[in-house]
Amino acid sequence: MQAGTLSKYLKSGAIWGFIVLELIFFSIAGEFLAVSDKAFMDADNMLLLFKQSAPIGIIAMGMTIIMVNGNIDLSVGAIYAICAIVLLDSMTWPMFAGLGDWVIPVAWALALLTGILLGALNGLIVWKTGVDAFIVTLGSMLGYRGLVFMYNGEQPTSHLNWTLVDFAEAQFMGLHTATWFLLAVTVAIWFLMNRTVHGRNAYAIGNNREAAVNAGIRIGPHMMINFMIIGFLAALSAVVFYSESGSVNPNDGQLYELWVITAVVLGGTKLTGGAGSIISTFGGVVAIQLLRKGLAHIGADTSTVNLVIGLILIVVLFLDRQLNVKGKEELKI
Amino acid sequence: MTAQTPVLRLEGIVKTFPGVRALDGVSLIILPGEVHALMGENGAGKSTLMKVLGGIHQPDEGQIIVDETPVIMSGPLDAKAKGIVFIHQELSLADELSVAENIYLGELPQKHFGLVDWSELEAKTNAILEKLKVSFDAKTRVGDLSIANQQMVEIARALTVDAKAVIFDEPTASLTDAEKVVLFEVISDLQKQGVGIAYISHRMEEIFKITDRISVLRDGQYQGTVNTADTNEEGVTQMMIGRKLDLSRNESHHELGDVALEVRGLSCGNLYKDVSFEVRRGEVVGFYGLVGAGRTEIAETLFGLRNPSSGTILMDGEEVRIASPYDAIERGISLVPEDRKGQGLVLGMNCRDNMTLPQVDDLKSGPFVADGAEIAIFDQYRDKLDIRTPGWKQLVGNLSGGNQQKIVIGKWLSMRPNVLIVDEPTRGIDVGSKAEIHNLLRDLAAQGFAVIVISSEMPEVLHVADRIVAMYSGQIMRTFTSEEVTEENLIAAISGLDTEEVA
Amino acid sequence: MAGLTKKGIGGFLARQGILVAFAVFIIGFTIANPRFIDPDNVMGVLRSSAILGVMALGVTFVVISGNLDLSVGSMMSFSTIVVLDLHDKIGPALAIPAMFAMTLALGAFIGFLVGYLKLNSLIVTLGMLSAIHGLTLTYSGGKNMDIDDKEGTWFSVFGQGDALGIPIPILLFALVAVLLGAMLSKTPFGRKVYAVGGNGTAATFSGIRRARTVFMCYLISAFCVAMAGLIQASRSLGSQNTVGQGLELEVLAAVILGGASLLGGSGTIFKTVIGVLILGFIQNGLLLVGLQFYVQFVVTWIIIILAVWLDIAAKRGKLWSPIA
Repeated sequence: MQAGTLSKYLKSGAIWGFIVLELIFFSIAGEFLAVSDKAFMDADNMLLLFKQSAPIGIIAMGMTIIMVNGNIDLSVGAIYAICAIVLLDSMTWPMFAGLGDWVIPVAWALALLTGILLGALNGLIVWKTGVDAFIVTLGSMLGYRGLVFMYNGEQPTSHLNWTLVDFAEAQFMGLHTATWFLLAVTVAIWFLMNRTVHGRNAYAIGNNREAAVNAGIRIGPHMMINFMIIGFLAALSAVVFYSESGSVNPNDGQLYELWVITAVVLGGTKLTGGAGSIISTFGGVVAIQLLRKGLAHIGADTSTVNLVIGLILIVVLFLDRQLNVKGKEELKI
Repeated sequence: MTAQTPVLRLEGIVKTFPGVRALDGVSLIILPGEVHALMGENGAGKSTLMKVLGGIHQPDEGQIIVDETPVIMSGPLDAKAKGIVFIHQELSLADELSVAENIYLGELPQKHFGLVDWSELEAKTNAILEKLKVSFDAKTRVGDLSIANQQMVEIARALTVDAKAVIFDEPTASLTDAEKVVLFEVISDLQKQGVGIAYISHRMEEIFKITDRISVLRDGQYQGTVNTADTNEEGVTQMMIGRKLDLSRNESHHELGDVALEVRGLSCGNLYKDVSFEVRRGEVVGFYGLVGAGRTEIAETLFGLRNPSSGTILMDGEEVRIASPYDAIERGISLVPEDRKGQGLVLGMNCRDNMTLPQVDDLKSGPFVADGAEIAIFDQYRDKLDIRTPGWKQLVGNLSGGNQQKIVIGKWLSMRPNVLIVDEPTRGIDVGSKAEIHNLLRDLAAQGFAVIVISSEMPEVLHVADRIVAMYSGQIMRTFTSEEVTEENLIAAISGLDTEEVA
Repeated sequence: MAGLTKKGIGGFLARQGILVAFAVFIIGFTIANPRFIDPDNVMGVLRSSAILGVMALGVTFVVISGNLDLSVGSMMSFSTIVVLDLHDKIGPALAIPAMFAMTLALGAFIGFLVGYLKLNSLIVTLGMLSAIHGLTLTYSGGKNMDIDDKEGTWFSVFGQGDALGIPIPILLFALVAVLLGAMLSKTPFGRKVYAVGGNGTAATFSGIRRARTVFMCYLISAFCVAMAGLIQASRSLGSQNTVGQGLELEVLAAVILGGASLLGGSGTIFKTVIGVLILGFIQNGLLLVGLQFYVQFVVTWIIIILAVWLDIAAKRGKLWSPIA
């Protein structure tokens, strides 16, 4: 079992090693290629890193549950966009006109509720029709995005509420609001996955679905709850981000699912389900964000970043397969 | 035997599926504290009976009675709640989770808010593990355990309830001798606690070692129950097959040609070691042994599906390297695989297309496939093998098992191979078709083919083979000619026992 | 139809349900807006379906072999941009083969990853969607691509020309459909595609080189994408670099509508063509009825879910899933 144990250590430690590598690479490369004068590993820059990781990171926690469970959710970007619209636009609705700043929690609640409902719809379809999650969410990726465009055509939806913006831009004890949300979500989901029955069942279902069914675990409601969780988190991510930004374009959030999945897979969660850890996903999120920042630091543009992210996902898949090869005795099918 | 109240009684169980009467009035009694063997050939109804007992199928007629109360089993969980526990052949464990989480899968002890009560979980698990005297603890990841230990976890799962009856299905298939001893001790402990044990197995040696009574099923019918002490292998076999074991040897031998295939010192990791044999044109070489002996793995290597770690393969005297099934076919090797549905056929395609698949590249007229030539091949082998199908357009998935197998055989015969390997050619096939296929295999030898037959059925291998290679645990124990082989020395060889007569 | 049991009728409806629904749609749309069956409108739908259709033909091969290709949309953007750019740099006669070569190279890369390295096709092509998008942006420098001399080039014939009264795009679509249809249903290669998708293990056990077959399917898909890019570029003689965005889902919807199973092993070119037409007419009908353009997204979503659901339901014999 030599190969197996070695690869296990390699895999769990790998993401942190990768992050260190990135830090070193971009710090050095930054000396030669940097667009700005500041060093890469500047304290402010690193704090900013965590804040910028929040949108993807919050959703990635939910995606970890979904993937451990043996499913996948490609519609998170679209849910993110819809919830952003609900958040910003609801603050302008006439029925809330008299609330003043109290409209903020109402808007938040509506946005979060939207996320939960959209997630529930995905989960319900997967449960009751038996259609595979990737097709269901591939479809809702399109359908929900259609709803986004139907709302305001190709115009952005905006609303600025300065109380909200101030809150979102604030820093508590040195960390940005967004960072706090990311940390809170990470802790909460970690707790869910490792300390609750629901979380342990998720691993069981993803690992050996038949055994779970035979043990009496009800798969349908479980999956639906997971989709509601990720819907909620996509909404939360939108709330956190757009509270500060105040304006959402109908194309926002596009390819978020790719980023999130890349971060989760990079962190070591298996595509087939049954294995994955929240801590490693956090590592994956940081690694991806570090990559984005690093590339920007040395002058690469969005297109290069897209190219690199896409390729990284493929490389990770390849490495995952290589480290899982059972060795000489395998059947060459 | 202590109290005479059975823990479990099955009375007059009837279960039919479309076209098949799988269980025909089966009755069974399991007493507390006994080990009760359930035996029968493949297809006799053992697994159907277990599925009925476990609530996966509902019986059409008959009753299940637990502790003298008639019950209806609605599923495996329900059965477990009523004290009937199964230890299946295929382990159903979540290997990423810990031992404790697996044992209490679906019933993790909870605190409020859905939080797992880890201390209680650990305490309860350790209590059970102590009973089983195992070397691992509650927190070990199941995937890190050996198969034998995983089986222990499965058994531990059974002990989360006060089991009345525990049913073992081929539990020793993947165990070493040392591990078997531990298993039998566990069974003995259960016995002492008054649990009734049902033991499904084909292995005579074990049955006669640990069981108290034996019940036999044949073709879905209950044949009777005997005390183990009052019978022997032959008696039980007679009950299983309804006649004295037809151990007629293959008498005729055909004229032998030159060596078509020779294997020298072939090894593949732990699957098989240092295997050497040869096959001549005109002979049928049988490979006999238990599950895990390595026979199928050798066939897969010859067919290019596995890379050997050492050794040589020679065809017609020339050393060859077979890197893929495509290669193997080029060299004239054909393999009729063990799993006809998973490996031998594309169930969604029709009969003709399945049959011509390996040679479809050669059946061309211009860039297109030559319909006529394909149909001709199908017609030829349909007649030769007497395949029953409404037409070549019929989807192979709709055919009966026997006819499906014939399609696979026809597919490979039409390749006119130098060496034909058939792996379990008549598994799950009705008696009539079985005989046809056996005759066909002898015929092929007569026509000058070199044939290898892998089989787990002794009558079959004795019938068709000119020589028999007995394997155990990845090694060739002995090679017999059909004249010198007897049931005893054959069984001894495949069970790993040293025989006096050295080949 | 004597002897059709209740189950039989249900099963029949499930299989032909799409045609039935389509018939209902046609009648409904025509009543709502008689322009729907106007020959000009029909011709317009056919012409604009051609681009999607050609791509769907290639994806059919990939799907039958048991895989997916989500990169076709961004690959088509790439092809369109590249051929427009090279048109002005090396002339159309060289630009076209160059573009095909580059697109095929991308397809070969994907085919290598999915066929030979056996990586998951959903994730690989999702990653390639982004990577190729990045590649296109880099290539075009973020700008739109336009041909300088729009009047004087013969390049426009592919997208705007006519032959025998039929627009060239439709002819090209039909031509590729006939060729690929013959390849799929009548050649040994086509047989192997069905085998690999129907039961990959059995295909290997039958001596089929599975990796090579999957690889070829992605090459075919890339070829079709290149063809679609050619028609698109030729039609508008200028393009945004996001022209193909989202097409991968419409293509998939058309293929699924045509009855191909996403599990592999079934489907035909002819049925995909029907799926393309159905999708095209439904989208057109929705527009004519006055619904907003983006309603199509929602409708396509519903179509995908319904089509796959009914296919799965027909196979397992139960409408609702047995998940507890």
